[in-house]
Amino acid sequence: MKEIRLHGRGGQGSVTAAEIIAVAAFEDKRFSQAFPAFGVERRGAPVMAFARIADQPIRIRSQIYEPDYVIVQDVTLLDVVDVASGLKESGKIIINTDRSPEALKLKTKAEVITIDATKIAMEILKRPIVNTTMLGAFCGASKEVGIESLNKAISERFSGELGKKNLLAIKTAYERVS
Amino acid sequence: MSNNTANMKVVEGSYAIAHAVMCCRPDVISAYPITPQTHIVENLSQMVANGELDSEFLTVDSEFSALSVLVGVCAAGGRGYSSTTSQGLALMYEVLYNVSGLRMPLVMNVANRAMGAPLNIWNDQQDSIGARDVGWIQIYAENVQEAVDATLQAYKIAEDRDIRTPVMVCMDGFVLTHVYEPVELLDKEKAREFLPDFKPEHILDPARPMTFGAFADPSTYTEFRYQQFEAQLKALPKIEEVARQFEESFGRYYGGLIDGYFLDDAEIVIVTLGSVVGTVKDAIDAMRSEGKKVGLLKIRSYRPFPVQALRKALKDAAVIAVMEKDVAIGGEAGLVTDLKAAFYSSSIRTPIIGFAAGLGGRDITIKDIRKIVEKAEAARKGDLSEFEFLALRKEIL
Repeated sequence: MKEIRLHGRGGQGSVTAAEIIAVAAFEDKRFSQAFPAFGVERRGAPVMAFARIADQPIRIRSQIYEPDYVIVQDVTLLDVVDVASGLKESGKIIINTDRSPEALKLKTKAEVITIDATKIAMEILKRPIVNTTMLGAFCGASKEVGIESLNKAISERFSGELGKKNLLAIKTAYERVS
Repeated sequence: MSNNTANMKVVEGSYAIAHAVMCCRPDVISAYPITPQTHIVENLSQMVANGELDSEFLTVDSEFSALSVLVGVCAAGGRGYSSTTSQGLALMYEVLYNVSGLRMPLVMNVANRAMGAPLNIWNDQQDSIGARDVGWIQIYAENVQEAVDATLQAYKIAEDRDIRTPVMVCMDGFVLTHVYEPVELLDKEKAREFLPDFKPEHILDPARPMTFGAFADPSTYTEFRYQQFEAQLKALPKIEEVARQFEESFGRYYGGLIDGYFLDDAEIVIVTLGSVVGTVKDAIDAMRSEGKKVGLLKIRSYRPFPVQALRKALKDAAVIAVMEKDVAIGGEAGLVTDLKAAFYSSSIRTPIIGFAAGLGGRDITIKDIRKIVEKAEAARKGDLSEFEFLALRKEIL
């Protein structure tokens, strides 16, 4: 089983991103689960969401404390949340920032991957909504979900022009980290 | 759970429930939104608005009104549905007794949540366990699929002429209402075959005047209560029968009244209910690989309480550890006291230890379950502990 923890701020679509991971993984014929860290939702407040992917039906309901992957949608969270907490040494953390992995000085032995998802999102979506771009980066860095399955899950969620733009944002991020 | 994934889809728990309710074809849905039940009624409202579901959706001023309206619906011969949680269920309290006393076959999903004060929107089961004596049947779901399937089964049980008792289908708030996981949504036509239209024996009809909810003086009141008690006893085999009928139609079965996991040779048995069952199963797999003979007994039907089934399933255990998300302040907690009562009137004298866990949304981890098993091992050696709050943060007391 692979466990993924997403950090974001209320309004950044972290729960939606977790849900899309679950839909894409199931499309890959694997079992999946996605759920928010149930909080009192406020725009801008630090939030978490979780996803699990496994080859067997998933029964466990506890939160994720030792993730295989961490996705951080907003680099300012590094000042307030221990985003690498419990991250497996063999794992990966993907952070939306224009800085280099070394510059972040994260306390983790896991691989740190940075991507300027805000820039990609502003160029393609014209809005600083980075969740789908970060999913492209997650897909490229982890290969835990197939890119075709991710594209399908995105197309189901966003239709028309918005769907096309999101697919382009995903492709751009995917290629950058692959 | 069946591993046949061909017809499964990843959806939110609340949507899956709303879809199940649609397949049950209620004439009237009457509900008041409250976290974490909100997505269920939002989805239903949308299904009615876009024509997918031919029901009357009533928006009311409170949970008290929500359930009171359904008393009228049932009296007029309609199939009614509601859903609530926590303070909403508490506000219904008076009406809960009226619905069961009037023998109205309503079904309600309870999205289990903690009771205030202190205000807390997160999951535990204080709300429905606290309403264990109101005369409703209570079925608890381990996962979204079970909650979906139990919703359809609930109407069949409630509307049976020998039972005529309302049913609460209890599912952990947020944990199951807000999770996205693979679910097989019910097939509308198969659901219709399984649950035909509601044909009540007695309805309010000006052509055939009849009194509902008549005054009962001391000469008859006891007999009304006895009949409700008897109907719940009759529900024991009925719940099992309906679960088996459901298996024939839909291919899924996970226990009628109870279910077990590694129960046959278990020395230590954890008894619990609701979504934490899944976490306990993973914990048992880990402990079994270390040679520990730990098993699980899942309560599916809490009311009626399956006394005989529990005695039979647990008679060979060395220690029983009950974990539940409620506390009977001043006593112990609902499930543990019920289980002790069920055993004390038999010859079984297995030690039973009880734990309140996961209150107000506190996460229950595999480590927590291991702690319970450590306590059970101590109890086996004679060190019996009193009722305990699991993972209590003594440093902030």
